[in-house]
Parts: sequence; C-alpha cells; structure tokens
Amino acid sequence: MKVVFEETKGLTGVPMRYCPGCGHGIAHRLVAEVIEELGVRERSVGVVPVGCSVFLDEYINCDGIQGPHGRGPAIATGIKRSKPNVIVFSYQGDGDLASIGMAETIHAAARSENITIIFINNAIYGMTGGQMAPTTLVGMRSTTCPAGRSIEVNGYPFKMCELLATLPGASYLARTSLDKAANVIKTKKAIEKAFKTQIQGKGFSMVEILSPCPTDWGMTPRAAIDRLKDEMIPYFPLGVYRDWEKEEKERAKAREEDKVEA
Amino acid sequence: MAERTLMKGNEALAEGAIRAGCRFFAGYPITPQNEVPEYMSWRMPQEGGFFIQAESEVAAINMLFGSAATGARVMTSSSSPGISLKQEGISYCAGADLPIFYANVVRGGPGLGNIAPAQGDYFQATRGGGHGDYRVFVMAPNSVTEMANFPKRCYDVAFKYRVPSMILADGILGQMMEPVEFDFDPVDPDTFPEFDWTIGDAAGRERRVVKSYDLRPGRLEEWNFERQKRFDTIEAEESAWDSEGIDDCELLVTSYGSCSRISKSAVKLARDNGLAVGLLRPITLYPFPKRAFKEAAKGVKNILVVEMSLGQYIEDVQLSVEGAAPIHFHGRPAGGIPTAEEIYEIIKKIMGK
Repeated sequence: MKVVFEETKGLTGVPMRYCPGCGHGIAHRLVAEVIEELGVRERSVGVVPVGCSVFLDEYINCDGIQGPHGRGPAIATGIKRSKPNVIVFSYQGDGDLASIGMAETIHAAARSENITIIFINNAIYGMTGGQMAPTTLVGMRSTTCPAGRSIEVNGYPFKMCELLATLPGASYLARTSLDKAANVIKTKKAIEKAFKTQIQGKGFSMVEILSPCPTDWGMTPRAAIDRLKDEMIPYFPLGVYRDWEKEEKERAKAREEDKVEA
Repeated sequence: MAERTLMKGNEALAEGAIRAGCRFFAGYPITPQNEVPEYMSWRMPQEGGFFIQAESEVAAINMLFGSAATGARVMTSSSSPGISLKQEGISYCAGADLPIFYANVVRGGPGLGNIAPAQGDYFQATRGGGHGDYRVFVMAPNSVTEMANFPKRCYDVAFKYRVPSMILADGILGQMMEPVEFDFDPVDPDTFPEFDWTIGDAAGRERRVVKSYDLRPGRLEEWNFERQKRFDTIEAEESAWDSEGIDDCELLVTSYGSCSRISKSAVKLARDNGLAVGLLRPITLYPFPKRAFKEAAKGVKNILVVEMSLGQYIEDVQLSVEGAAPIHFHGRPAGGIPTAEEIYEIIKKIMGK
C-alpha cells in the first residue's frame, strides 16, 4: 500500500491542549513540518515563550528552551552566537513580542540576528484570560478594555511587519493568516522561506501569523474566522514586507542597468 | 604563571574570566564597571569567543541564558541598578539549573544613587536576589589579584553544581590598580567534556528542553528539594575565609571585600599599639563560613562588624556566632568609606582603652 499521508516527525504526537478553534495547533504543525522537511529538525532549538504556547516544547519534536516573557530574541541570540550551526526559532505571541519584548525584537532585527521568529498575532493575551494586547484593534473588547480599546487611553495597535521593515537588518518579513486553507498553505511557504533565510545565513526573519482566539474573543470558532477576515486582515494587511532574495535581484538588476547606461 | 602584571581591577576580572574559559560575554554600560565590557570587546574575539553590547541589562542576562544552555562558559557584569534588572533572568538560570557567572561592581544606592564604592547589595547577592528559592555562589575579593583569580573558582562551582555564581566587588576593587598574579593556567573550553544537559545538537540522542517550569502537581516542589540538596553540599564544602591574629584576640573585627582591607589596616594599627585584636574575613559570602565564625567567636570578648552599608553583612555574623559575644557595628552607606583611623578609634572605645 502506498502511504499518501503521515504525520510529520516534527511533532511529538502529544495531543495538543489548545482551545477549540485556536490557531496555535496549525502554526505548530507548520513549523514542525518545515524543520523536518528542510532536514534541520535535529539541529533546531525552539525558544518557547510565556503565554498559551508555553507548552510548545511538548509538541514540537526538537530541542527547546523556555525563558522569561518577551526575551525570546535575546535567548535565541545567545544560542545562535554560541552555536552558529544550530537553527534557532523563537515562537512568540503579541504580548510577548510587541509589548514586554519589543526592545529585544527590534534590536535582534537591527543586528540582523540570524534567527527566525514565528509571531502569532491574535490581538489578545490568551493565557492570562483575554487582556488587551499591543495589537488589540481599536474598539475591540478585552478584559482590561471592557468598553473596547480606545485611542485616547491605549493608542494604536502596533503593525510589527511594517515597523521592522524600516530596519536594514530585517531580511525576511511576511504577514500571513490562518483564516482559510489557501492562507494556511501560504503561511507554510512563508515559514519555509524564513527558515531558509536562516539556513543560508541571510539574517533576521520573521513570519507574523494572524490567528484566531475564539475563547478570549468570546466568539465561536466560525465567528472568530470571520473576525480575522473582516477586522484583522484590513488593519494588518497580508504580504511580504521584506525579501532579501528579491532585493538582491533588484540590486543586481539596477547595477546591470547602470552598466548599460554607462 | 608567576608573572606579575599591573592591572586595573575590572580588567583583571575580565581577563580572569577569559583565562577560566569564558567565551560569551553580554553586557550593558554602567559605571563603575565599564572597563569589563570594554576589555571583553577586543579580548574576547582573540580567543574565538563572542562579545556583544546588549540593548539592555535584561537582554544581556537572557543572552547568557541562551548561551549557557549550549554549555558555554558565559559572563555578564554590571553595577547595582543593572544587577537589579538582571534578577529575573538570574532566577530563570537558577530555575533551569544553568551555570552562569556574573559580577556586580557595586555602587552607592538605592535608586540611581551614586558611582562611589559601596556594599549595599549584600542582601541582594547573598539571599538569591531574584524570585523563588535559590542562592547564588558569591565570592568577595579584596584585591585585584583576587578579582583575577576568583572567576575560575566561580565557574568551577557553577558547573559542578549547576548554579549561578557571582563576584561581589565594588568601585574600589574595580577601579584600583595592583600587581596581579594568576594562580591557574589558562583553561581551554574545547577540552571540556560533553554535558548531558545542553541543547543545540540533538542528532543521535533524545531531544532536550531547558526550562524552569513544571506544572505537574508536586513536581516543582521535588525539583526545589533536589536543588536545595546541591546548595546544602555547597554550604558544607565550598565556603572560604581568611583570618589574621584570631587565636589570641579579645576583639574580633570582621569585614568583607574592599572594606576588609581597611579593617586590616585598623587591626594592624591596634596590634602595633598592643591591643589583642584579630580579623576574620569571609571570602565566600554564600556559602557563609559559619563554622569559622562560630569557632573564632569562642573566647573573644567582643566582635566588631564594619561594613559599607547599614546593617546587612552583620546579620550573617549574628546568625553564625549565635550570641557567643556582643556584636558592635560600624556602617557607612552609599559611598561613605571608613578610614583605618576611624575604625581604630572604635576598637579602642570597645576595649575601654
């Protein structure tokens, strides 16, 4: 009999305990598949955040390290600079990456630290029970902005891809979404590109994944998918924000054109 | 080996760490320890190691957390406010059983305080410092030569027991210059054995996870008990102290670090004037040399504690001598430095001379 599908060795097989409709399970599997398919699983280290995905190390079948809230990029830096052959990814939520860990995120990108960040943006603090995140949309309710996020009190949500795209050190930045199958496939491609960026020594890569949190959004999984489409994607446009390969080609082309003109 | 070099305390500390096998340093500028990262920035690449000026003290300690998990000998240094910022990360290192080494070149506090030498961080250093049940192996040098040689001892203990280790210095020790003599040959980290707890190359073995959490009922308590056993062994076997004239003294003077140098001059002054005064100095602050203090306190009429803080170090002396003799106190906080003459006057007063 021909095997047409089997579960990736990138996953441990431990049943995930995430809420119904949560995006972490999909994102975990995509990362697990990519490190297995690229043949780097045994030399990969996952930096595990504080948040719902603090259990990541139980699910993804590679070495792991769990550290303080928001410090994933610094921990990843320590590993990568000590063992450059190790493939290091830091898996982080929005509170972790864009609030308490904002400095570590920006400086890792500025240094073009040769690491990969998987950034799950679900616009809410999940594990602590639904508090406002740095990416909570204006008007969106949370337990610490029960009347909805107000610009007057809380300002505007961070657009991390756009912010990091201004840094020369950011080599690959993409924003994807888990709202439908086609976008899940695009997410996997972006994750693959991010890891390839690191494997080829091209520097900092990050994939921002818009992901539903039905429990803390107070919605059914179906309605949460609708919110991704109708509210999240319009504020956080999907796409590739930096691509070193494309930029290298453009620079080469520009040099050729200069030569022709000369 | 017996070669003597004139070095500044902070530079001796950095060179001592490199010779002890340190190959990863992350730091952030703060006075009076800036010579440490400055020295590391050019010296570390010479040894094939990595130096980075981190974006903050918080990032620096977390870079150590990552690097230490690969088995590297890592170091960071800072001064009081910066060490406060690092405490969360140090607690995580303790919780994940990672050996790290750091130095606090203490300045006046609390708050921004000043950049003068002080000993106000004694409690923070010897009681763990961060959250949770743990201690840090703490050494208190009192000379530039000890600044150079103690990092090796810190790494040895940190790796033997998988605990954090530190040097508690101050602005005097960091800034002054003295002849340095290394008491060990440079260590080549490539000769270290493979550890069974490092991450980064899982081929041919079970995968590993470095973490400080365990949510399973009762398991974290077990883990803490297991760690405490290591601290119990450290307390039994790793304490160190130095003494002078304590066998026949009536008054026992005690200080640690740079302050013990001043007390030493005061004790000499007293002895030159015929007073039976001795000096006991702890070299390790955790573990505190309790037995040495208990022994020394027997038969003395009085004990004088001199520290550059307002009653921190005295508590360990009290806990160790268990009321064997009355304890007198002289403390100068936040950059106040006692003179030998000032201490000598107090000695005379206590002895009724």
